[in-house]
Amino acid sequence: MSQPKRDGIGNILLVAVSVCLVCSILVSGAAVALKPVQKANRVLDQKKNVLIAAGVLAEGATEDEAGRGVEALFADFETRVVDLRTGRYADDVDAQSFDQLRTAADPSRSTALATGEDPATIKRLEHYGLVYLKRDASGAIETAVLPIRGYGLWGTLYGYLALDRDLETVAGIGFYQHQETPGLGGEVENPRWKAQWAGVSLFGNDGAPAVALVKGKAPEGSDARSHQVDALSGATMTSRGVQNLVNFWVGERGYGTWLENLRGGRV
Amino acid sequence: MASSKEVLFNPILDNNPIALQVLGICSALAVTVSMANTLVMCAAVTAVTAFSSLFISILRNHMPSSIRIIVQMTIIASLVIVVDQLLQAYAFAISKTLSVFVGLIITNCIVLGRAEGFAMQNPPGLSFLDGIGNGLGYSALLVTVALIREPLGAGTLMGYEILPTVNNGGWYVPNGLMLLAPSAFFIIGLLIWALRSWKREQVESADFEIADNIQYREAL
Repeated sequence: MSQPKRDGIGNILLVAVSVCLVCSILVSGAAVALKPVQKANRVLDQKKNVLIAAGVLAEGATEDEAGRGVEALFADFETRVVDLRTGRYADDVDAQSFDQLRTAADPSRSTALATGEDPATIKRLEHYGLVYLKRDASGAIETAVLPIRGYGLWGTLYGYLALDRDLETVAGIGFYQHQETPGLGGEVENPRWKAQWAGVSLFGNDGAPAVALVKGKAPEGSDARSHQVDALSGATMTSRGVQNLVNFWVGERGYGTWLENLRGGRV
Repeated sequence: MASSKEVLFNPILDNNPIALQVLGICSALAVTVSMANTLVMCAAVTAVTAFSSLFISILRNHMPSSIRIIVQMTIIASLVIVVDQLLQAYAFAISKTLSVFVGLIITNCIVLGRAEGFAMQNPPGLSFLDGIGNGLGYSALLVTVALIREPLGAGTLMGYEILPTVNNGGWYVPNGLMLLAPSAFFIIGLLIWALRSWKREQVESADFEIADNIQYREAL
């Protein structure tokens, strides 16, 4: 007797509608209730990545030796938005809510790059970019952290590049998201490899970016050696990608104009 | 009717969802590179299987048979989204690497297999235990695979170095194959072989018999 009733059209509609209703309430309830925590996580994670690249925070740690947490350490950094075209601060853009990757996807606030102008293979270059600045007691820049990204072998690597106070020397580098082969290109995460970046000189004598990932560095003390980092063994494409993306972002299309202005005291 | 103890523990060795039923292989290949990811994935699959079996079993007498799969999928998908949201909120670092695979729990055959094969015929309490049991069976196999893959592939376990690798100044040259999905296939194959040599009743009967080679006799 119950069988025809259970398979009747009325019951089918009733079950379908009520299951959908209950499930949608459950799903949207979870999404809405957890959104603030998730957003805080994302913001905290991004701050952490900046601090790790700047060498203030050790990888995997949540506080430094003095016991200062991510929030306290990040409070030393000032977040600014730079107009990449003019190399000046864009103070009309709110730095706190600015989303650089979203800007890169917005046609009205980014430019498509032709193949020849796009060594990092990012396809669209945003007009504005974020910078994180740490100043010393006198107000001079001690560390500047720039977001960088570019194509490796399997996908885009996302990271941060930290510059020393002369704005010509690397202080640190870190990639927080990539799809390179674990053990080969994935060694971009290796702390020993990343440690080599500290002290690398970004620009050649002609002022153009000259970082090179090489197999076998030039002899000790030579000018070429100051721009060189060991390539990752077994990961030619990843190494080439990293070289291109670093040179791209400190070059004239990236943050180069701003860095030049800053060194010349024009901003 | 099966006792609750049997329902809970049988799937671990005697009726393992991966080794005997050969379900849920995809995620077993994908997440076992690191032990931390594996444990989170196992917890997620166990929770989803248990609760989907519970809810489906509660609804089993009201569910019209013509739309039962859709109803089951809706329940499973909702639970998976909730689990994914929880991970993003409380285990952010792991959710970044696992998010894709957590979403794919929806298509994990173990979950739908238990819903359709067990929860539709059994009361809620027993179905819930069956879900936990199958989750544990899945976990047992995944943890074993991760226990082999992570140390051999990266020299670490739970992120702590146990075999010092050459890149970090040690002696161990990591086996790159262990970091790639095919290695899990080999390990799961070897585990199934070991399990079936121990428990002979799990060996499937042959689908066909190889005929005698008669060419030699024909030649005479």
